[in-house]
Amino acid sequence: MEKIKTEQLKPTLTKEDFISDQMVKWCPGCGDHAILSAFQKVLPQVGVKKEDVVVVSGIGCSSRFPYYVKSYGFHGIHGRAAALASGIKISNPELMVWMITGDGDSLAIGGNHFIHLLRRNLDINVMLFNNKIYGLTKGQFSPTTPTGHRTKSSPQGTIEHPFNVGELAIGAQGTFFARAVDTNPKMMAEIMLEASRHSGTSLIEIMQNCVIFNDKIHAEFTSRETRDDSQIYLEHGKPMLFGKENDKGIVLRGTRLEVVKLGQDGITIDDILVHDKYQWESGIHVLLATMEPPEYPIAVGVIRSISDFTFDGKMEAIIKEEKEKGKIKCVDDLLNSGKTWEI
Amino acid sequence: MTSKAQKVVELEHVVVRFAGDSGDGMQLTGSLFSDAAAIAGNDFATFPDYPAEIRAPQGTVAGVSGFQIHFGHKEIHTSGDMADVLVAMNPAPLKKNLMWVKPGGTIIVDNDTFIDKQLEKAGYSNNPLEDESLRDYNVIQAPVSTLTKTSVEDLGLDNKMVLKSRNMFALGIMFFIFNRKLSSADEFFEQKFRANPLVVESNKRILRAGYNYAESIEALSSITYKVEPAKLQKGIYRNITGNIATAWGFLAAAEKSGRQLFLGSYPITPASEILQELSKHKSLGVKVLQAEDEIAGIVSTIGASFAGSFAITTTSGPGLSLKSEAIGLAVMTELPIVIVDVQRAGPSTGMPTKSEQSDLMQALYGRNGEAPCIVIAASSSANCFYYAFEASKLAMEHMTPVILLTDGYLANGSEVFKIPKMSDLVEIKPPLAEANDPEYFPYKRDPERLNRKWAVPGTEGLRHRIGGLEKEDIYGHVSHDPENHQIMSEYRYEKVQRVAKYVEPQKVYGPEEGELLVVSWGGTYGVMMEAVQELHKQGKSVSLAHFHYINPLPRNTEEIFSKFKRIIVPELNMGQFVLHLRMHFQKFNFEQYNKVQGLPFMVKELVDKFNQMLEGK
Ligand SMILES: Cc1ncc(C[n+]2csc(CCOP(=O)(O)OP(=O)(O)O)c2C)c(N)n1
Ligand code: SF4
Ligand SMILES: [Mg+2]
Repeated sequence: MEKIKTEQLKPTLTKEDFISDQMVKWCPGCGDHAILSAFQKVLPQVGVKKEDVVVVSGIGCSSRFPYYVKSYGFHGIHGRAAALASGIKISNPELMVWMITGDGDSLAIGGNHFIHLLRRNLDINVMLFNNKIYGLTKGQFSPTTPTGHRTKSSPQGTIEHPFNVGELAIGAQGTFFARAVDTNPKMMAEIMLEASRHSGTSLIEIMQNCVIFNDKIHAEFTSRETRDDSQIYLEHGKPMLFGKENDKGIVLRGTRLEVVKLGQDGITIDDILVHDKYQWESGIHVLLATMEPPEYPIAVGVIRSISDFTFDGKMEAIIKEEKEKGKIKCVDDLLNSGKTWEI
Repeated sequence: MTSKAQKVVELEHVVVRFAGDSGDGMQLTGSLFSDAAAIAGNDFATFPDYPAEIRAPQGTVAGVSGFQIHFGHKEIHTSGDMADVLVAMNPAPLKKNLMWVKPGGTIIVDNDTFIDKQLEKAGYSNNPLEDESLRDYNVIQAPVSTLTKTSVEDLGLDNKMVLKSRNMFALGIMFFIFNRKLSSADEFFEQKFRANPLVVESNKRILRAGYNYAESIEALSSITYKVEPAKLQKGIYRNITGNIATAWGFLAAAEKSGRQLFLGSYPITPASEILQELSKHKSLGVKVLQAEDEIAGIVSTIGASFAGSFAITTTSGPGLSLKSEAIGLAVMTELPIVIVDVQRAGPSTGMPTKSEQSDLMQALYGRNGEAPCIVIAASSSANCFYYAFEASKLAMEHMTPVILLTDGYLANGSEVFKIPKMSDLVEIKPPLAEANDPEYFPYKRDPERLNRKWAVPGTEGLRHRIGGLEKEDIYGHVSHDPENHQIMSEYRYEKVQRVAKYVEPQKVYGPEEGELLVVSWGGTYGVMMEAVQELHKQGKSVSLAHFHYINPLPRNTEEIFSKFKRIIVPELNMGQFVLHLRMHFQKFNFEQYNKVQGLPFMVKELVDKFNQMLEGK
């Protein structure tokens, strides 16, 4: 197949090239709208032909996403987006595959496929919309719903421990984990672009608000009033500072992270941890991913990005090698290989 | 080697069973014996009988491994009912297999192993060689272990290792009895033990020791047997198991259609060999994903199909259950995939190493909603190749999932396969959409076959979205319109029904009308055929309609049924095909004959049953 990156020829793709003719049917005010818009803005920049973009999903409000993107799209079945995306990517690694999923879709029914996708490190970009609720089925708790939270199916509050998406993903050998909030389109776009460039499974957890069934679940770190003190944007090579005055920071004390204030107790900028998203050892990355208010700010940005081989890359390499050195070049060769006799 | 045998008896066909402990190399012995049958020009079919446990305790009945071969001058359709000759390397294999030896048959034992400890492990309270229990058989007690050791004494090999080659002594005896040449086994030793000439020498000697032993003892040398070459068509042949034939059929279909082959699969007995075999052939461009479960197996397959591969998934009954929801997705998205179900005895985990035909209803109806699939079934180990190819062709040309049913019996059994030339196979022409086709719509259909087009991501000008939600006719937008759902449901149904126009009409073996029609499907073909041929020999009028196309049924089915007074449907289940037939053809009275023991039918039981019916019972 001819593989000229079209945008070299016509760098003129715009957001409009990726808007489908379908009416967007999410609830007004749903965080999904902002994610869609950021995504459609990013696609012209990712450097592939518009025909080479495939958007795949499972089932859920979030999973309606492919219908709204003008690209090749596949709205799958509940929980199986990762398997669908894997088949597409293995089949044709030239395609840029985006997988859209929810906290129910990938962490409950599809948990198995989700961890194995990360483990295989297929070169797929995953956007997990975490609204900590089952939206499409109207408000039951999900595997990320905080303990004790009352929902339609937990009238007395949940009695389960929630997953932390980053911790789970890194534990499953994920090579790329980022977190974004649906209220910050610029940050979402930056992270999406970076995810598209990472070789391997890039997981973006997007903290998304479900206005209908779980409104303000992320308000503590997304609302204008409180976000500066409860959100930290991690940037590679930069000290981990946050707060309205940018005077709070993260330090490592013993084996735990701690929040400190510059100038207090003799703390200087040199004491503050500097973010290294490329660090192979995952310890600090897991600590960062699991930070939560009120003790900590929530970490957003690219938390982990390490480079390792991909399943699809290895598969292509093996096939190429076997085609070169294998004795069986066609099915006639195969049929006549080994022990045969003539009558 | 010259033989002083007085008498050579010609046989039409013979069944031999080798049985030993799982470490006794019975599969190898059997396959070397098969090679010799091939060289002699016989037709044959084989079946391995593996123990259910991987390493059951040595010397016990649970650990017995067997290999049966049925070879002949006549056409061979099954691996045989009962054995004419049983080779039992120890007491346990004798205990386990005695019930499968014909009365009057020959039993060859290594009597060195019939010692107290071994007899006890096998569960014998008396030595069967010393009591009267074997008096109906022709028992040859050969000191196999002792003679194996003495034959290579001077080579200075380790005793334990030498005893591992006891099976070659037994093979030598069998080669003498059936007048086989030693050359094919010799070649095997030379190949296999290339690096160790001493081992080559020892195996050759042990083989000859067995041969010479048989020649020297009266009981064996007075009569030997000859099975003349079968009347097979000219051509190049090989021995093939059903699972390998299935894998190769898909490779052939991929090559013919010009599509890359993708397999998404999770290991399960008795289907795993297809996964393993396809994993070997990356030089043919096959992509294999050993998925985390059966659901991922099929869903990745659907993804690969969307992306333009010819994609398949392979499993057995429990796995087919897990795939149900996703098969519905393939029905809805109208993508070509093939789902192979190598049936085993169920329900649940059931008897994984035993065969049955009990997934038919699941294949036909085991999905939510109106979700019709093409269902076809292979009927012999070798024709798994052609039905895998056919399933692929139907999937791709009609843009629909196809379920291919085989079973453990076909999958593990082997038979003689006439090697086709790829150029002789029919074309496969998938309806690919052309780049920038202004007339392309996701659910626009071919007026004849009703298939939609295959528009592969990466192709310019065809961007579109599909999924499990109901879609608007032609344009493919999500639709909840009541009329549209009716139309689409009818299209999906009719598309599958129309396949009947494109496949071979049903054939009848025997007279086209008469007293009794045997109706069967899938893996029971061989035994039905042998039973019907046996009745023909007896001068009886009975016919056989063996089905490969289950859904849709061949278009001449009703016409065939209408010409017989009685119809019997024997199946290895509680009566599933018969239900399907009753639903479609309510005016006929279908009688049943069912067996669910994890065992194949016996020719004899069928002949008896059909004879009874012919007598008006
Ligand atoms: C097999 C199956 N089980 C259950 C459902 C019902 N169902 C649809 S979406 C969903 C949960 C969706 O939650 P999430 O993935 O978080 O997506 P959201 O709607 O919140 O974006 C459930 C339980 C289904 N469609 N299929
Ligand atoms: S229910 Fe919640 S998640 Fe679903 S569209 Fe409405 S606001 Fe969004
Ligand atoms: Mg959700």
